[in-house]
Amino acid sequence: MRANLGTWGNKLHSGEKTYPIVAQRRRWFAISGVLMAIAIILLLVKGLNPGIDFTGGTQYVVPDVANPTAAPAEEAVAEIAPDQEPRITVLGEDDIRVQLGVLDQDDQRALNAALAESYDVPEDSISFDQIGPTWGASVGQAALQGLVIFLLLVFGVIALYFRAWRMAAAAIVALLHDLLFTAGIYALSGFEVTPATVIGFLTILGYSLYDTVVVFDKVRENTANLQSQHRYTYAELANLAINQTLVRSINTSVVALLPVASILFIGSFVLGAGTLKDIALALFVGMAVGTFSSIFVATPLEVSLRGSEKAIQEHTAKVLALREQGGADVAVREDGTVRVGALQPGQHQGVTSQPKRKGRK
Amino acid sequence: MSKVTKGARRSLIWLAAILVAIYGLLAVGVLTGNASWTPGLALDLAGGRQIILTPVLDEGATQEIDQSDLDQAVSVIRQRVDASGVAEAEITTQGNNIVVALPGTPDDATVDLVAQAAQLQFRPVLLVGDPSPTTTDDETVTESDETPVAEPSASASATPEPTPSASEVANLITDAEPEPSASPSAVLLDAAVPEASPSPSAETTDEAAAEPEDASSFAWLTEDVMADYAALDCLDVENYGGRTMGDPDAGYVACSSADFAKLAMGPVEVTGDDLETASSGPEMSQTGSFTGGYEVRLQFNSEGAAKFADVTTRLVGLEDPRNQFAIVLDGVVISHPVVQSRITNGEASISGNFTQEQAEQLANQLKFGALPLSLEVQSNQQISSTLGADQLEKGLIAGLIGLVLVALYSLVQYRALGFVTIASLIIAGATTFGVISLLSWGLGYRLSLAGIAGLIVAIGITADSFIVYFERIRDELREGRSLKSAVDHAWTRARRTILISDAVSLLAAVTLYILAVGGVRGFAFTLGLTTVIDVIVVMLFTHPVMVLLARTKFFGEGHKWSGLDPRQLGRDTMYKGRGRVRTGAAAPKDGLTLAERRAAERKAAEGGAVAADEVGEPTAAEVAAVNDAAEVSEADADDAPANDRKGDV
Repeated sequence: MRANLGTWGNKLHSGEKTYPIVAQRRRWFAISGVLMAIAIILLLVKGLNPGIDFTGGTQYVVPDVANPTAAPAEEAVAEIAPDQEPRITVLGEDDIRVQLGVLDQDDQRALNAALAESYDVPEDSISFDQIGPTWGASVGQAALQGLVIFLLLVFGVIALYFRAWRMAAAAIVALLHDLLFTAGIYALSGFEVTPATVIGFLTILGYSLYDTVVVFDKVRENTANLQSQHRYTYAELANLAINQTLVRSINTSVVALLPVASILFIGSFVLGAGTLKDIALALFVGMAVGTFSSIFVATPLEVSLRGSEKAIQEHTAKVLALREQGGADVAVREDGTVRVGALQPGQHQGVTSQPKRKGRK
Repeated sequence: MSKVTKGARRSLIWLAAILVAIYGLLAVGVLTGNASWTPGLALDLAGGRQIILTPVLDEGATQEIDQSDLDQAVSVIRQRVDASGVAEAEITTQGNNIVVALPGTPDDATVDLVAQAAQLQFRPVLLVGDPSPTTTDDETVTESDETPVAEPSASASATPEPTPSASEVANLITDAEPEPSASPSAVLLDAAVPEASPSPSAETTDEAAAEPEDASSFAWLTEDVMADYAALDCLDVENYGGRTMGDPDAGYVACSSADFAKLAMGPVEVTGDDLETASSGPEMSQTGSFTGGYEVRLQFNSEGAAKFADVTTRLVGLEDPRNQFAIVLDGVVISHPVVQSRITNGEASISGNFTQEQAEQLANQLKFGALPLSLEVQSNQQISSTLGADQLEKGLIAGLIGLVLVALYSLVQYRALGFVTIASLIIAGATTFGVISLLSWGLGYRLSLAGIAGLIVAIGITADSFIVYFERIRDELREGRSLKSAVDHAWTRARRTILISDAVSLLAAVTLYILAVGGVRGFAFTLGLTTVIDVIVVMLFTHPVMVLLARTKFFGEGHKWSGLDPRQLGRDTMYKGRGRVRTGAAAPKDGLTLAERRAAERKAAEGGAVAADEVGEPTAAEVAAVNDAAEVSEADADDAPANDRKGDV
């Protein structure tokens, strides 16, 4: 596998093998657009499934019970808060989770004692979580505020670093793409949205941008001397950057996803639902789609946006004109596409490539 | 030793110094008994109760809640919790919320106490006495001649909640009706010293049954109140927080946090609702010049102004200490100034030997008391310690599995180079652990489950820095550089990428930390911390190690298992500079130059048509050299890598 990935990397680097991602960007935009539309429809029609932290309510976790069944909890709830409809789930192997609507302080305490009695566990081993109805809104608002401020800051930093606001705009669009996609997955699957999920979402912000910036940095590097050469267009060099960072992108996402996958596994199969699982689930989806978007959305979009810059337009026109005349010193593949890639030094170019002195045979 | 290796070694020494400093400091902490080797755990791991409260103003209130009010609410809650005997409670503000973290399983009374609203009351002072409880319960309240003034100050050091020093006593003057007080300081002093209190015993017994004619009447000192007064111990911390506010229409006893005196008071005459706001500032004399002291200004609303006018009218004519009124916040007297004149316009000021901080503190307390504030419980969460321990254990297992998987993957991908990744991750892990333990000692940082998730996620982001770097090195090798030169080139380029991407990551963490509440904060903190540590490790460990490794035979020659074998990276021939090349496994060590070998090849080609094709092929497949083609081949004389910066120009 290593050797394959390595050789594949070599071919990608040299331009021997190129995936025309930028050239086929309309296709990728269409795919992403459809996915986004589905995500938005899902969010609007089905909506997210907010956990009690957002709706308000009470949740108990009774750990290590001898008989993990719902019946004792149902009885206890029916006795103390008959108008409540408890949702009772077994977490992991022997933990019982009871979710209810908003309870007052006295009922909450009474139910705590009743649950302890019916499951025969000490009262202080029961965990509970009582959330007021307005808390979720304020958490959500804080997260949204954080998101907006963060986006503005990040836009500034990226625009300054790359000296191109269009790059920043493309990175932010890719980021929103990732968030929307992950939210869509949540709407589709009906996973509960908890504060831990929000943490996961916010991390996607950081990760998605991180990944995009790495690819963009390669684009920047490849196109740094754009104006002083007339072999390749901006789009071709950007595409080369994607291809050259492809191996890195794969390695990075595997390495980043491995720990997340291990949290997800432990979180869902050993612990049952909880902070770890909620964070990991959002991260897993978000990181995977983050890698996808920095390759298939951010860079092509960036090329599209920057294509409207005058300097780049002129340069592209010049390069294409030169090729038309046959004056460009580029290698052309059998299928007629121009081979864009790093040079292969160390091979003699032949005497014809040597500088010639005039007036000498 | 070249300059480059020296630099690399210096970096490694720096890293070692940082690690030694972190763990040395921690060792000092552990030896002195304040710190522990492991980080402190937050409630969701250690078990305990977390209550999130949001202060809410009553409807129609004109004031706004600002940070000083939140701080004041926190200090009131802290006093209550401390007084209830719960150890290691943490009360912090996060945004507009107050987060109370109580370890263990606190009883219901403690929980109720936390959410109780604080009240501000103005009561007329009837008795001022010595802080310690009196065993004889009759008129002996005033037998405090032997009371050394030192006693209150001694108790000051014993009180965990430092309050303005005992010397702080106040007088009250109006801004509007300047009535020069003959000698304020004398009056003030009297007010503070318990021995000056009158002996009301006769009146008490006489008038106890009688209906008190006004709020300053000793008739309020019923037997119950006197019993309370006798029993109250103002040297005990318990009595400085969480006390009931008493019946507003009855006598009341409380301790003064200002001078640790014990006071008996009449019924409530003015409440916090009557107070508009309070502020502090430099004290002004009647002539308008600054006296150099500080004062606290009170602003009553119209209703309060009328009530306050009545009170001051009555009190100003009374003897000491009945000419004082006590300001009681949450069951503690925060000030008991002497009334020096009638105040009718609702604007009063308290002055005394305040320092600026004391004046500010008192003003903040008053302002807080003036808020029609209630604390709404937003979230009330109890985590049992068994569940917490379980989560911690599983979280650590998940982290370990993740780490092992990452290590295996990098070994598969990068072979021997994978060990550099693993070593870097271990160094990063050790640094993170040390810093978190230090922070948990120094700043009281507590590691939460969300924080652990942040750490696990950081494994990926940290490892990515190495991947970016290694892939750059491979790219440079593919372009035909020697390893030494490739490491150098790759570093200057990868460094930029690593720095900017980590900067974005850090920006995310800092923004989240500042704006978010609850668990998000713990997560953002570890994420930010590990990002910074990632940069340090890449700079001070990974790169220097690569520089040194590039000089070893195993890596420098591109051993098959080194992960940096140029042959596997598609470079059968490697340009070594000065016309020399090193070819792959089949490379003949004939010492011929490139041109000579080409000539030999051509000669051989003339012999057979098949061979001619082979020679022709590379030139056809030759990638179009970008204009800097010459530069790459000319620049990489492998013994001068440091000077070779052309690629970046």
